[in-house]
Amino acid sequence: MSEATVLRAAATPFLSRQRLGLAALWAVLILVPFWVPLVGGYTQLAGRALVLGLAAMALNFLLGFTGVMSFGHAAWFGLGAYGTGLMLRYVTSSSLLATLAGVLLGGVLGTVLGRLLVRRRGVYFAMITIAFGQIFFYIAYRWNSLTGGDDGLRGFQRQPIGFGRFLLDIQGNDVALYYYLLFVFAICVGLMGLLLGSPFGRTLIAIRENERRARFLGIDVERQIWLSFSLSCFFCSAAGALYALLNNFADPMTLHYTLSGEIVIMAVMGGMRSFWGPLLGAAVFVVLQDYVSSMTVNWMSFIGLLFVLVVLFAPRGLLGALQRETPR
Amino acid sequence: MNLLEVHHVSKNFGSLHAVQDVSLMVAPGELRAIIGPNGAGKTTFFNLITGFFPPSAGEIRFGGADITRVPASGRVRLGMARTFQITEIFPELSVRENVRIAAEAAAGLTLGIILGRARQAAIAHEISAAIALTGLTDRADRKVGELAHGDQRAAEIAMALALRPRLLLLDEPTAGMGEQETFEIAALIRRLHRDSRYTIVLIEHDMRVVFHLADRITVLEQGCLLAEGTPAEIAANEAVQAAYLGQTA
Repeated sequence: MSEATVLRAAATPFLSRQRLGLAALWAVLILVPFWVPLVGGYTQLAGRALVLGLAAMALNFLLGFTGVMSFGHAAWFGLGAYGTGLMLRYVTSSSLLATLAGVLLGGVLGTVLGRLLVRRRGVYFAMITIAFGQIFFYIAYRWNSLTGGDDGLRGFQRQPIGFGRFLLDIQGNDVALYYYLLFVFAICVGLMGLLLGSPFGRTLIAIRENERRARFLGIDVERQIWLSFSLSCFFCSAAGALYALLNNFADPMTLHYTLSGEIVIMAVMGGMRSFWGPLLGAAVFVVLQDYVSSMTVNWMSFIGLLFVLVVLFAPRGLLGALQRETPR
Repeated sequence: MNLLEVHHVSKNFGSLHAVQDVSLMVAPGELRAIIGPNGAGKTTFFNLITGFFPPSAGEIRFGGADITRVPASGRVRLGMARTFQITEIFPELSVRENVRIAAEAAAGLTLGIILGRARQAAIAHEISAAIALTGLTDRADRKVGELAHGDQRAAEIAMALALRPRLLLLDEPTAGMGEQETFEIAALIRRLHRDSRYTIVLIEHDMRVVFHLADRITVLEQGCLLAEGTPAEIAANEAVQAAYLGQTA
């Protein structure tokens, strides 16, 4: 037995390496408003990384854990953003209700349309998802009176959230906003973790590993893929809803397939076989974008180069490469 | 009453008649072998029984019910479990995880999120039992993809057992194996049949295995039923001998 195996066997389940890593990760996320300014960042940027990280993790629920590729996840992200923006602008001043409306708009439409593509696989599945995305992009782009068309949806403001006598001022206070984002992020990620660790989640992994075997274990493959797609859409819409709150703006480009591609890049670059990989991928993406785009308009070339290097030399993604260095 | 009844099934792929008017009755507790030269339609016949595709004609009954139009996943839930000629497993997962997925599917938990302790314990017990029966207890936590070929096949059989099958269908369980591995898998099938009283239908190329294990043998040739009987009857059958030795004038 190697030393690592002995250590692993000796560790009590309560203080396992995995649990310590998880505790450290949450500590880092919770303390963001304190350490990010020290390294030259700002809380708004961290919020952006968190939100896109949630979108990439939502995609990865489908891509990494069910083995089905979507190139149209911007559709659900953008619908979440527009749902939230429209709600705040026309209906309510409650940020919570607006978030919920965004989640429902993207999630329900994703669920309904997802039913149409469960029998498709591989490239055909991916092509249809692109088409779905572009349909919503053109609706938002053309429907000027409702969505603001090309200029995007403006004229709404996230509103402070009241809990009885306590008021969370996400409107004027960046730190409060970050904690609201982190709160929704934690709910979504907690649910994803619960689902993936359950018998239901194992059927998804079974489908990813060997669809034919899964079918001959009595697993209804089409239904499970549909459910996985639907859940992935709900989580991705949640990210989009938060994105609208973060920017006080819903942009038609949040529905465009270029964003779908970026979400795929984040997930793959971070590591699509790992649960947290896509969050790391999104963070790297957002930070690089922020720093490099202040120097050159060709910031995407740098991300492209990094993406190619990761795919060639670390096919398990950045997190996969890090984990291999330190035996778990 | 027979557990499995196949009445006059045919399967055409375009103009190719892969299976023509074949019938098969399997009694509970029986071990039936299906043999035949390459291209005789054995695997197609298996795929018809397990619902991989529907027959062009004929009827299939299982436990008294007509299942001709029931899809594969539905037949599994009715109690049919199969293994494949080329081992179908989840290579990146451990033996235990492979068997767990099968056990949870059989328990109707494909939508299960949170399980009670009693349920978890019952499933863990079932998993351990299937693994022990196939002799993989000491390898239970290794990735199946890293195991020897014979052990992968045993793991696939363990998954089939975890489905709580009433009928076990094994497609060439010793395909591609050496002497020792063939012997071990044959011994495993014998234990499942004699000791655990499973009803088994298997396709097999290795004639020593077939004549050693089977209660009855069905012989297919060019998609048609050539003969059926006990091993002694089949060994003495001239048509079977001709089919196996080649059509000499």
